[in-house]
Amino acid sequence: MGESFISAREVAAGVRAGEWTARHVADEHLAAVAERDGEIHAFLHVDPDAVRAAADRIDAAVAAGDDPGPLAGVPVALKDNLCTRGVPTTCASRILEGWRPPYDATVVERLVAAGAVVVGKTNLDEFAMGSSTENSAFGPTRNPLDPSRVPGGSSGGSAAAVAAGFAPLALGSDTGGSIRQPAALCGVVGLKPTYGRVSRHGLVAFASSLDQIGPFTRSVADAALALDVIGGHDPLDATSSPSPQPDHLAAVDSGVDGLRVGVLSEMLDMDGVAPEVVARVREAAEALAAAGAEVVEVSVPAVIYGLSAYYLIAPAEASSNLARFDGVRYGLRVDAPTTNEMMVATRTRGFGPEVKRRIMLGTYALSAGYYDAFYGQAQRVRTLIARDFAAAYERVDVLLSPTSPTTAFAFGDKTADPLTMYLNDVCTIPSNLSGDPAISVPFGTGGDDLPVGVQVMGPALAETDLLRTAAVLEGAAP
Amino acid sequence: MAERITRDDVAKVAQLARLALTDDELDTFTGQLAAVLEHAEDVAALDLADVAPTAHPLQLGNVLRPDVVGPTLDRDEVLAAAPSAEDGRFRVPTILGEAP
Amino acid sequence: MTAPTAPTTIDSDEVFTVEAGGTTFELVCGLEVHAELATATKMFSGAPNRFGDEPNTNVDPVTLGLPGTLPVVNERAIELAIRFGLAVGAEIRPSVFARKNYFYPDMPKDFQISQYDQPIVVDGSIELPGGHVVGLERAHLEEDTGKSTHVGGDGRITGAEYSLVDYNRAGVPLLEIVSRPHVRTPEQARQYVAELRAVLVAAGVSDGKMEEGSLRVDANVSVRPVGTDALGTRCEIKNLNSLRSLGRAIEYEARRQADLIAAGERVEQQTRHWDEDSGRTSKMRSKEEADDYRYFPEPDLLPVTPDPAWIDAIGAALPPMPAARRRAVADAAGVVLPDETVALIVERGQDSQALDAITAGADAARVLVHVSQNLAGEGGASVAPDRLAALIALETSGALTATQAKAVLAEMVGSDATPEEIAAAKGFEAMDTGALEAMVDEVIAAHPDEWETFRTGDDKARGKLTGFFVGQVMRASRGQADGKAVTDLLRRRSGA
Ligand SMILES: [Mg+2]
Ligand SMILES: [Zn+2]
Repeated sequence: MGESFISAREVAAGVRAGEWTARHVADEHLAAVAERDGEIHAFLHVDPDAVRAAADRIDAAVAAGDDPGPLAGVPVALKDNLCTRGVPTTCASRILEGWRPPYDATVVERLVAAGAVVVGKTNLDEFAMGSSTENSAFGPTRNPLDPSRVPGGSSGGSAAAVAAGFAPLALGSDTGGSIRQPAALCGVVGLKPTYGRVSRHGLVAFASSLDQIGPFTRSVADAALALDVIGGHDPLDATSSPSPQPDHLAAVDSGVDGLRVGVLSEMLDMDGVAPEVVARVREAAEALAAAGAEVVEVSVPAVIYGLSAYYLIAPAEASSNLARFDGVRYGLRVDAPTTNEMMVATRTRGFGPEVKRRIMLGTYALSAGYYDAFYGQAQRVRTLIARDFAAAYERVDVLLSPTSPTTAFAFGDKTADPLTMYLNDVCTIPSNLSGDPAISVPFGTGGDDLPVGVQVMGPALAETDLLRTAAVLEGAAP
Repeated sequence: MAERITRDDVAKVAQLARLALTDDELDTFTGQLAAVLEHAEDVAALDLADVAPTAHPLQLGNVLRPDVVGPTLDRDEVLAAAPSAEDGRFRVPTILGEAP
Repeated sequence: MTAPTAPTTIDSDEVFTVEAGGTTFELVCGLEVHAELATATKMFSGAPNRFGDEPNTNVDPVTLGLPGTLPVVNERAIELAIRFGLAVGAEIRPSVFARKNYFYPDMPKDFQISQYDQPIVVDGSIELPGGHVVGLERAHLEEDTGKSTHVGGDGRITGAEYSLVDYNRAGVPLLEIVSRPHVRTPEQARQYVAELRAVLVAAGVSDGKMEEGSLRVDANVSVRPVGTDALGTRCEIKNLNSLRSLGRAIEYEARRQADLIAAGERVEQQTRHWDEDSGRTSKMRSKEEADDYRYFPEPDLLPVTPDPAWIDAIGAALPPMPAARRRAVADAAGVVLPDETVALIVERGQDSQALDAITAGADAARVLVHVSQNLAGEGGASVAPDRLAALIALETSGALTATQAKAVLAEMVGSDATPEEIAAAKGFEAMDTGALEAMVDEVIAAHPDEWETFRTGDDKARGKLTGFFVGQVMRASRGQADGKAVTDLLRRRSGA
C-alpha cells in the first residue's frame, strides 16, 4: 500500500523501469476509490474493468520493450465536462445524463498517448457553474480533509480525487477559478494555464473566452509534467496558441533567485478575505524573499472590477453555449406537442437552478437595449484589467495573492445568496479575464487547520516562472 | 446606467432562453438577478468610452483551416444517441413557425 | 453594435409604378441573396459540403453542434468571399464572426455563426445587362442550417404531425449578399439575380444552382408615392425559389402595399412568405414578434484580416466578369451598350469566339449575328475564328447571301472543309446582276396591284411590301438571291 499517495512522476518512472506494473498501480487506486469514494463522491463514473484493461495495455507495451510515455501507468481523473469517447459525459447535469460522446477531447487523447490510465469522470458543479460542487445534479462532493466541508468548485471532484489519493493527477477546467479555488480548499496544486496554451476541443463550453483546462496534482513538478503533456497547439481549437511550449518540468527546480515578485495589494484588502489567508500570503512573500526573490507590493487597480465584469461576460457566453441542449439531437428530451414546447420542457427539467440563473442573467446582458451597458461595458473592463496587469508585469515577473478568500466552508454556508458564493472567485477571476496563467499552491493552514492556497500569477505563457515560484513555496510551506 | 431588472424582464428573458418559470421562481430569480446586476453597477457606471472592448484574451487572428475533407460520424451511432429518430433523420414534434 | 444604416435610393431609367386610390406609387426594392459556396468542406469543419447525399451522412461532431466542439474557419471560404468581393469591385475588410442566437431545430447549436457588424465584403456594385447599376451594401460569411421534412398534413410546416431533420446542409458555407434598395422594377430584380449568379459562377464562388438551393433570394419591398424621397415601410419576402417567383412576388407585394396605403392603412414591417400557387404573399411574422438575436462576437473564433498580398493574388487570378466582357465585345464590335445581342453572347460564354473572329478581320455586325443566332445550338457549337472570318468575308463580298452563309456555317461545325468548299458543294453561287434584275422585273410584272401600292404608298406600306417582293424573289431564286440587292433594285425601279 502507499502507491495511491506517490506522485505521477514516481508512478511513471516505476512503470517505465519495470519496478511495478501499471495494473498494480491501477488496482491500488481503484481500491482507494472503493474504500472511500462512497463518502467523498469525487467520481460520477468509474469502470474498474476498463481501468484495468487500460493498465494492462501499458504493461504489455512495457513488456514489448516500448516506452508508453511520460505518464506511463499514471491514473488520471477527468472532470466530467471533458468528452470521452463512448464513456458517459454528463457535466453533472440531468440534461446530459447518459450521453456518450462519439469523440475524445484533445487533452484526453494526449494523456492516453502519454501512457496515462483514465480512472473515471469526476463530479462538478453543473456545467462548471459554482464554487462548491454543491450544484451537481448528482449530489455534492465532500472535502477529503474534512467531509463536513465543501471541496470548492466547480472542479471539486477532481480536486478531491487528488487529495483523497484516488489519482495523482486530475484535470479540471477553470473559467473563473474552478481549478485554483478547489485546489486551495483541498490542499493540492492547481494550475490554470494561459488561455490558448491547452486545447479546449472536447471541453464542454461554459464561457468560451474564459475556459481553460489544467491539472490538479499533489506536487508542483507533477503539474509541470502534466502541462508538458496536455499543452501545445491544436488545429481543432482556433484559439489555441501557436507558440511552442518550453519544457516546464525542466524549469521547476530553477529557484527564484533574482525573480521579481509583486504582492498584489488590492487582493489583500478585498472584502471577505480572511486575516489568516492574508497572513499566509505575506509569509509566502517572505519565503520567496528568503529564497532570493525581490519582493515588492504592487497595485493592479482594475482587478476590483473583475467580479462584476465576469458575472456579465461568463453568463452571456454560457447562455449561448448552453442553447444547444434543446432535446433534439442528444441528451434529455421531455415530450411535448410542439418542438418549442418540447425545448422549454426539456430545458426547464434538465437544468438546475444555478444554470438557469446564469442563462437568464446572460440572456439579459446580451438582449436588445442592454448589450452596451452590460456585455459591451464588461468587455471594456476586460481591457482595463489586461492593461493594468501588463503595467504590473513591467515591474515584476510574478504576482502573489490569496487563491480563495477563506478556507473550505461548510455545506449550505453560501447557497442562500448567489452573490455570496460568487465572491469566492474574487481573486481568481482577473486572470481569466486577462487570459494570463495562474497557479494555486498549498501554503500552511487557516485557524481551522484547513489548507490555505497561495496564488501565483504571471503574464501570458510565463508558466515556467509560476511553476518555479510555486516549487519554492512548496518547499518552504509551514 | 441600466434600470433595475423587473419581473417582466425576467419573464421575457426566460422565454427567450426557452425556460419556464413558476411564479415563485420568477420572484426569486428577479431578486437574485437584481442583486447581481446591482453589484455590476460599479462596472456599468465607469466612463470607458475611450477604452476598446476585449472580446478575446488572445491577440491572434487569421486562424484558418485547409479545405480538406475529414472524417464524418457513423449515422447509426449518432441517431442512436438521439431522443427520437426516423428514416435516417432526427424526429421532432410539430414545428409551429418557419425559421427566422 | 449598430446595424448598418439604410442608404438612399438611386435613379433608374425605368421605375415600376402602381396606381391606387388616385395616387401613383413607385417600387423600391433591395435583395438579399444567400449563395452556397463551392468548397469541399463546411464553413467550420471538415465534413463534406455535398448536395444530394443520404440524410445525416455528411455530419461530424462540429456539424451536429455536439458539446465540446469548436469551429475552425475554412480558408477556401474566405478566399471565395474575397473573390466575390473583388469581382464586384467591393472593399475587402477585416471581419469578425458573431453569434446570432435563436432556437430552431434545424440550427444545431441554436445559434448561427455569422458576420454581423464587421462583414468581409463591403460596398460593391453589380451592373445589369440592361445598363442599370445596383449597389451592394455588403456580403458576409455564415453557416447554412439543416433541412426539415414535414410529415403528415399536407407536407407543409403548418399542420404537419411531426418533422424530420437532416443536418447534411448544416454548416455549409454561405455568402449572404445584401444589395442596396436600388432595384426599381421586377424585371431589374430578375436581371439582378441572373447577373449575380453569372458573377458567382464566373468567379468560381458558387455553382449558382437555384433549383438545388445554392442560391436563395429574399426581397425587401416597399413603395412610396412618386416624387417623394422617404423610404416606405418594407416587408421582407421569403421563399423566392425561381426568377419567375421573384418577379411575381415583388409585383404582388408592391400592389398590396399601395392598396393598403391608398385605403388609409399603414404598412406593417413584416416578414412575408410567397406562395407560388396562389400568387400571393402572406404574413409570417411582424417585426415586433421577431426574435431578439442577442448578437455578440463569436468567442471561439478570432478576427480574420486577410493579408493584402493574398487579396492581390486572388484578384490577379480572377477571370473577367460578365459586365467587363460585355464591354469588351461591344467595344470590339462598335456597339453601344446596353445591347441584347452582346448580353446574350456573354451570357452563353461565346464572347471569346466573337472577339477572336472580329480580331481575325471579320465584319463585326455579321459576327454578332452568326454567333448569337447561328451558333446557339447544342452547348455552344463553335468554329475556329479564322474560318468564321473567312465565311463572313464571302458574305460581305457578295459571294454568299445571308441565307447561304447560314447554311454553310451549319455545315462548318464539326467539319474541316473550308467555307468555299462547302458553298461549292451546295451549289451556292452569287447570281449575276443581270439575272437578278430580270427576276425582279418578272415578279413586278406578275403583281401589278402590289407594285402600284409599293410605288405610291407611305413608308409603312412600302416597308410591308418590301418584305412581300423580297420573299417572291427569294422563292423564285430558291434562296440564292441576296435580299439586300433585291431591296436596292426595288427602290431603284420604283424611282424612289
Ligand atoms: Mg437575411
Ligand atoms: Zn443569412
